[in-house]
Amino acid sequence: MQISSLVLLLAFLTLLAYRFGRGRAVRLVGGPRGVRDLHSLPSYYGALAAVWCAVPSLVILLAWQGFSDRVLTHLTVQSMPASVPALPAAELGLITNDVRNVIRGSVPPASASPEIRAAAATYQSLESAARAGLAVLCTLAAVLGGFVLWRRIAPDLRARNEVERLVMWLLIGCASIAILTTIGIVLSVLYEALRFFGKVPVTDFLFGTHWSPQMALSADQVGSSGAFGAVPLFAGTLLIAIIAMLVAVPIGLFAAIYLAEYADRRFRAVAKPLLETLAGIPTVVYGFFAALTVGPALRDLGQMLGLAVSTESALAAGLVMGIMIIPFISSLADDMITAVPQAMRDGSSALGATRSETIRKVVLPAALPGIVGGVLLGVSRAIGETMIVVMAAGLSANLTANPLQAVTTVTVQIVTLLVGDQEFDSPKTLAAFALGLGLFLTTLLLNIIALKVVRRYREQYE
Amino acid sequence: MSFSNDTTLKLDSRPEVPRTVVANASGEMAAGEEIKTATVGQVTVANPVMSARTVNVHYGEKHAIKDVSIDVANNSVIAFIGPSGCGKSTFLRCLNRMNDTIENARVEGLITLDGNDIYDRRQDVVQLRARVGMVFQKPNPFPKSIYENVAYGPRIHGLVTSRADLDEIVQTSLRKAGLWEEVKDRLDGPGTGLSGGQQQRLCIARAIAVDPEVILMDEPCSALDPIATAKVEDLIDELRENYAIVIVTHNMQQAARVSQRTAYFHLGELIEVGPTDQIFTNPRHRLTEDYITGRFG
Ligand SMILES: Nc1ncnc2c1ncn2[C@@H]1O[C@H](COP(=O)(O)OP(=O)(O)OP(=O)(O)O)[C@@H](O)[C@H]1O
Ligand SMILES: [Mg+2]
Repeated sequence: MQISSLVLLLAFLTLLAYRFGRGRAVRLVGGPRGVRDLHSLPSYYGALAAVWCAVPSLVILLAWQGFSDRVLTHLTVQSMPASVPALPAAELGLITNDVRNVIRGSVPPASASPEIRAAAATYQSLESAARAGLAVLCTLAAVLGGFVLWRRIAPDLRARNEVERLVMWLLIGCASIAILTTIGIVLSVLYEALRFFGKVPVTDFLFGTHWSPQMALSADQVGSSGAFGAVPLFAGTLLIAIIAMLVAVPIGLFAAIYLAEYADRRFRAVAKPLLETLAGIPTVVYGFFAALTVGPALRDLGQMLGLAVSTESALAAGLVMGIMIIPFISSLADDMITAVPQAMRDGSSALGATRSETIRKVVLPAALPGIVGGVLLGVSRAIGETMIVVMAAGLSANLTANPLQAVTTVTVQIVTLLVGDQEFDSPKTLAAFALGLGLFLTTLLLNIIALKVVRRYREQYE
Repeated sequence: MSFSNDTTLKLDSRPEVPRTVVANASGEMAAGEEIKTATVGQVTVANPVMSARTVNVHYGEKHAIKDVSIDVANNSVIAFIGPSGCGKSTFLRCLNRMNDTIENARVEGLITLDGNDIYDRRQDVVQLRARVGMVFQKPNPFPKSIYENVAYGPRIHGLVTSRADLDEIVQTSLRKAGLWEEVKDRLDGPGTGLSGGQQQRLCIARAIAVDPEVILMDEPCSALDPIATAKVEDLIDELRENYAIVIVTHNMQQAARVSQRTAYFHLGELIEVGPTDQIFTNPRHRLTEDYITGRFG
């Protein structure tokens, strides 16, 4: 039996369990009129029956999916001539690989040795037997689970409480998946970064001002070791992020103030979604806009003014990135400003404050925590943004504060380090993890600062 | 002071009312002012701070205030009472032009403060609101410190130049609002951290701080418990010495306790005005009587 049809069957059984569970609950109290005598609404009994029916069989199914291959392979190997199971692990691996290739059909069976073919046949017959067994087992578990609960159903069974507890566990499960994934990613980045720092001293990475990660192919080549000073990268990131925020914060904030406080309703209804579509434009589009339009335009402008502007400049990337971030800031700030109660504005204007005084002295301070949140979200975007920078700011790791020159950023270097075929233990590749860790720590720090700032103001205000 | 004489009202809507009550102004009024009004009782007073003549308010199509004429006297409290939706808040908000912020509201008629038309084009609404303060139904302190809440008005009007002056204003305002003793040790604490009654007195202090002539209060106690209410009522009684106060209330006892004059509104019309004792003991209009005695639907 195919797994998919088994799943369908189980779904059907679950549905049946729901119907029967619900039906039994209603019947026990003598029809729909007696529902008040039930502890919970009938649908809760149904849901509980469905859960009891579905969960055990699903657990079995998942376990099968996880372990079947290993068990079947082991059995197949055991069934082969006595010399095979005794082979060292590496050779055994080759043989099982051959067997697998035959089964998958990626090697014509004729070209394989008879032993391998025999093993493949064994594997397949074992598998189909196991599948049949699985189908029976799952169905049995479903029916049994459903039946046990069906027997338990009584008017005083606290079905609602049980269902709600199960739902809570489900929620806990989802929350833990999110948290565990994050922890997992952080740990693996940390682990690889530590390996990198085993090869390159931390101080070189943190304080070195020269970045050229190209490793020599052979040891006797000239300039065989790469330089891994990350300062130019973080400086470049910072430079571009600052330019971007200089564009995005004022424009975004003022746009939000206009939309929330001055614009009439019809204009707002059109303008706000329009502004938010800026956020929907893929960053590649911004990237080639920056590289093909803004960059050259800035260069020409610079020539007119007698300034040396390179086509790929921090300024071009920063400007376009700022445009990209505007909607994040304006949208969040707008929400925060509109959330300030009308009573605040009334109170202020009743004291004779003008509209702009009201906005400056009452509305904005009250909305500040949210606005700071929006700005920090924008900063995180700016730091993590890659595409625009790859296309518009260049790859050369200059250490400069001049926005007219080409710079590179942490994210861009991560991309260039990992593009193409890589060995996974060369310092060049591992450097990407160190950079990633640095990036992560920076954003973390920013968030902590943001929380602190927000809390300071909260304490003052509430 | 000269009020135009074309303020004759339509008098067709209420047959059971004495048709015309000509409220003659007392001797100190500008000679010859005669207000033809359907309102029962004396709408005018000697030396009014504010006067409204034939005020009409429309919200779009809705005619919310119909030909209301009334005076607000100095150093006294006037209570506006009437069933919900009769236009008390609307009329109150005309007195400091808070209706300006409502898009579809249209105010007609003459409202004067010390004889000057407050809807005149030359009248700056900022100054007007400094002279006619307002306290709202729900306490709405700003999310700032207690000190900053009170200092807000004087600051925006540039009333003070030094920090010492500001401290002085904050302190006297809080004293007048009867809040000083309770908050003097935590002026830097948040205004929103006070109890509801304290918050409302803070809002009153905030209004007093800009030294207005008139204070408008829209159901200032409806969100408060009886003890806080009693405090605010005592406060209103004290404030009367220095200010003219207009208070909207749904609470008959409160109107009787704090006010000297009472005005009864009904469906956008001003039905009866009179000394509070008389309105509550001996209302002259049947609608007033029905409302006071609780017979009103
Ligand atoms: N912004 C507005 N737009 C349209 N109609 C309004 C608006 N504000 C008030 N109204 C209408 O005007 C009438 C008077 O309202 P107002 O708020 O002045 O009543 P009120 O006497 O204060 O009532 P309450 O005692 O319930 O506060 C009501 O019918 C109300 O529906
Ligand atoms: Mg009202």
